[in-house]
Amino acid sequence: MAEPAPVMLEARDVSVVLGGVRALDGLSLTLEAGLRTVVLGPNGAGKSVLLRTLHGLIAPTTGTVSWHRPVRQAMVFQRPVMLRRSALANVRYALAVSGLPEPERTTLASSALARVGLADIAYRPARVLSGGEQQRLALARAWALRPGILFLDEPTASLDPGATAEIERVISSIAAEGTRIVMTTHNLGQARRLADEIVFIHAGRVSERTAADRFFDQPASDEARLFLQGELPWK
Amino acid sequence: MFEIFASFEVALGLIKGADPELARIVLLSLHLSLLAAIAGAAIGLPLGALIAVGSFPGRRALIVLLNALLGLPSVVVGLVVYLLLSRAGPLGSFGILFTPAAIVVAQTVLVVPIVAALARQTTEDAWNEYREQLTSLGVSRMRAVPTVLWDTRFSLLTVVMAGFGRAASEVGAVMVVGGNIDGVTRVMTTAIALETSKGDLPLALALGVILIGVVLAINAGAYGIREWSARHHG
Repeated sequence: MAEPAPVMLEARDVSVVLGGVRALDGLSLTLEAGLRTVVLGPNGAGKSVLLRTLHGLIAPTTGTVSWHRPVRQAMVFQRPVMLRRSALANVRYALAVSGLPEPERTTLASSALARVGLADIAYRPARVLSGGEQQRLALARAWALRPGILFLDEPTASLDPGATAEIERVISSIAAEGTRIVMTTHNLGQARRLADEIVFIHAGRVSERTAADRFFDQPASDEARLFLQGELPWK
Repeated sequence: MFEIFASFEVALGLIKGADPELARIVLLSLHLSLLAAIAGAAIGLPLGALIAVGSFPGRRALIVLLNALLGLPSVVVGLVVYLLLSRAGPLGSFGILFTPAAIVVAQTVLVVPIVAALARQTTEDAWNEYREQLTSLGVSRMRAVPTVLWDTRFSLLTVVMAGFGRAASEVGAVMVVGGNIDGVTRVMTTAIALETSKGDLPLALALGVILIGVVLAINAGAYGIREWSARHHG
């Protein structure tokens, strides 16, 4: 962290109450451009809600989420949601919604599929693909949009190790092209492999934010230390 | 008992011989019911999807109303359409009472709630599944309406077929607004009612057999398409 990168997104005193439960509790977080952030924390800490709130799917009950400049966003969910059409048509649909004119849609969609290794099955119905293929397709769909920031909510939670490795490879390539990555995971090995920095949240607040190479050996907060030792009581 | 068998034999004879009167009634019936199913789908499918995806005041009340309309007494529908289309009625100038067009209007009124209510259920399930993803992609609710309709197209085919079945099997409203005029507005159901009351059981039975056959064939077709789509599209 030689020079401070420009601020992209700022969440200030964000609380989110969902169904009477306080999922985020006065959380503040500033995201700079160009990093890969992995959000860690025990179940129920508010990781998924945090990502959805930053992405704009959930409105904060109190507090603000402000973008310092317009940034195209995309999100990949734990369970990929595919439309009942071909793999290619799923990517084309996202591009159509984004306002891209027709001739470029197919070109861009095809190249996105090729980059995640799905060129061969571009015309297969998306919903009959395997879980790993569907998640790669979800990444291709997000990638094709050329997002400035990509949120990923436990993208490999239901995948086997082979498929997980594929997904991690794709995430790394997307990050290498300058897309800001913000993801959650329960896989600490994955966090180590992908993260520049770790944001650890507990009970709806940020406990600490530490460079990844330091976090796993010297976490700053007690909650994170306990979490890493596997001692944190899981709600 | 013997009478039923005798009638059945005569009925089969009529069907096999493609009796011209029988054929005319059957074709008119299918033709009008098809038009009503198409009109009902054109109105009911977007209506159902709009209610499923939409967020507006009175949405719940609209769903309750729609479900209540499923049990609409068809004779009352016939009466209302009759009043609307009669010479003195607001739509009297069209002069379509006691014509096939009047039958299609009455059938459509009966088909729309069925198609809309079933389509609402189907597309709402899809919307619940897609909502986060589509919102993430920046899809507006209005844009989501054609998306969920297209994505549930195979299930909706069954819905439209249910509408067709409703139209084809309708008696009361069709009798009131069509008048059961021989060669003009006599369809399968009204012919069955008439022939039965006249005592011409073979013709009534032949029509009944065909009516059931048509409804069965259409539902089998729709079922087959759904099965195929589940295998090929997931």
